[in-house]
Amino acid sequence: MEYTFHWRPVFNRLPDLLEAGLITLEVSALSMVIGIALGLGLALIRMSGNPAIAWFTIGWIEIARNTPALLQLFFFSFGLGAYGIHLTPYMVVLCGMAFNNAGYLAESFRGGFAAIPDTQMKAARSLGMTATQAYLRIIIPQVLRIVYYPMTNQMVWAVLISSLGMLVGFHELAGETQRQAFRSFRLFEFFLVTAVIYYVIVKIIILSSRLIAWRLFRY
Amino acid sequence: MADGGVQFFFEFTERDLLILAEGAKLTLIISSLAIVGGTVLGGLFGWLLSVSGRFGAITLGWVLDIFRSVPPIVQLVLFVNFFPIIGFPVDAAQAGTLVLMMYCSALVAQVARAGIEAVPKTTRWAGRSLGMSYWQDLRYVVLPIGLRAVLPSWTGVALGVLKDSALVSVLKAGELMQVSQEMITRTQQPFLILGIAGLFYFALSFPIARLSEHLERRWKYD
Amino acid sequence: MIEITDLHKSYGRLEVLKGIDLTVHKGEVISIIGASGSGKSTLLYCVNGLESIQGGKIEVDGIDVHAKGTDLNKLRQRLGMVFQQWNAFPHLTALENVALAPRIVKGLSKGDARAVAERRLVHVGLGDKLDVYPGKLSGGQQQRLAIARALAMEPDYMLFDEATSALDPELVGEVLDTMRLLAEEGMTMMVVTHEMGFARDVSDKVAYFDEGRVEEIGPPEQIFGAPHSEKTRRFLAKVR
Repeated sequence: MEYTFHWRPVFNRLPDLLEAGLITLEVSALSMVIGIALGLGLALIRMSGNPAIAWFTIGWIEIARNTPALLQLFFFSFGLGAYGIHLTPYMVVLCGMAFNNAGYLAESFRGGFAAIPDTQMKAARSLGMTATQAYLRIIIPQVLRIVYYPMTNQMVWAVLISSLGMLVGFHELAGETQRQAFRSFRLFEFFLVTAVIYYVIVKIIILSSRLIAWRLFRY
Repeated sequence: MADGGVQFFFEFTERDLLILAEGAKLTLIISSLAIVGGTVLGGLFGWLLSVSGRFGAITLGWVLDIFRSVPPIVQLVLFVNFFPIIGFPVDAAQAGTLVLMMYCSALVAQVARAGIEAVPKTTRWAGRSLGMSYWQDLRYVVLPIGLRAVLPSWTGVALGVLKDSALVSVLKAGELMQVSQEMITRTQQPFLILGIAGLFYFALSFPIARLSEHLERRWKYD
Repeated sequence: MIEITDLHKSYGRLEVLKGIDLTVHKGEVISIIGASGSGKSTLLYCVNGLESIQGGKIEVDGIDVHAKGTDLNKLRQRLGMVFQQWNAFPHLTALENVALAPRIVKGLSKGDARAVAERRLVHVGLGDKLDVYPGKLSGGQQQRLAIARALAMEPDYMLFDEATSALDPELVGEVLDTMRLLAEEGMTMMVVTHEMGFARDVSDKVAYFDEGRVEEIGPPEQIFGAPHSEKTRRFLAKVR
């Protein structure tokens, strides 16, 4: 084995990597927030059974779930680019991930709604609540608890997926690592450190998700 | 381009469709090897996790957790750069298959463990009380019950690995995603090519999804 | 007064109520008995407008329940309902379960809603469970919680849909006692039940439902003592 490891260039660049890690977190969290809102909307529309827009939601959900996330990102970069719409790398990653998250979360939400017995709705309405009140106060809080665990998984998945930014010129953690690695030619060392950073980010997400759940769900 | 101007980009032809199909074939090979190998390994890991208690959770569980917590694309870059360091250059397709297989096994291990734990203790005791050996109990009681419980999760993992095989394109292995990407640069018809690539992925997922649906339905009624 | 005239209700082609006439006066307790599938529960759902109807009319204090302009949310405040499944809201404590509707439907202040809820929970004997989540309560306690929740809206009528059918036998008594207490306090009640003892002891009137029709209606002494209808006689012989 003739290879000698050089860690110094990596440690010199560590602040840059950590900063890129924050960008990874930011874009993942944002894509989740948008994805949750869109996913909830898709699920509600799909359940409403309006055939005119049902095909649209089904198409979205199926494409998001059944094609590689990378392909979806390419749609937002090259795809839109061909029509003269040039998104910044940040927007490409954010839009692609929000699209992807929404598709997966829509199915989680649909399962969540299906798991709430319809007698809960009846009980709420029998007390004189409007349909909107019943949804906001009774149904959705219970659905959120059911989809909380899948949502945590989706957030972890979002962090892992954001590394595809590297392939569309976005300097989140993986992209920044690639840039620094090519400059210094210490590819292996850089990516090993980055792997550790990803691991820590994922652990922090899971841990905080548990803490929040513990505070939030007392029943 | 008007009036004999220079044609910058090539048209998309039938030959290109064949090239994409070739890429899809490699995607199929890489992902089926990864899924089969990952399922066998993952089943073994899952069983180990279920019997080894705390020690297993700390050692094996931790290693598998790393595979689940680091982006596959980073794992790919690490692997393909690691083997030359220790003197075993691997080609892109081999490295991609290997990484996906490990990644798959880490996910399947979780599923398999859940399947084993889905079988109630009393059911297993019932098996043992009939005089079954440990292995008979595992083969005739735990496997059929556990398999049914986790089939949907396993399907999700398998389809996920198929899609993640697109990441091998970063190693320039010549699978579907990379071929598509190069063709886009050449023809400048991203919607057409990404659409075709998407259809290929749909077509590859379809048999797995249908097989799983079929089994789920058959197992429900007998 | 609840006045039901020639009520028809079907699910698709299946007709479950085939012309029901029934009047419930203020302060009356009326028990509705009959085999499963005879349309008893459906009737209650129709009375508070949770189900649509295909013919006839239901009037609550002169308000037509299924008329176009009727404000159902307003009307339902006067019709408390208790379901067969306990239906407590699992994500809220006992107190929050009861206080929610008075606050968001009636517009009571947080403090007032709390006070009302506390009083009602004490009323049904759950004064020591205010901050407990339903998951930690027994079936009987959850059902009493549901009663308190309905009472907190200060309804003029209470509708009970087989309130004890889903309970373990040893928990039935505490719920029936709560219902008995309400009857003694003069609450107007429509009670769909399989508890013949309760129907006999507490009701002013008992209606026997058979295949979507009122086969016989009368004071409990008549129904349980000397039923006029052969069908009623056969049903009661079977359930005893």
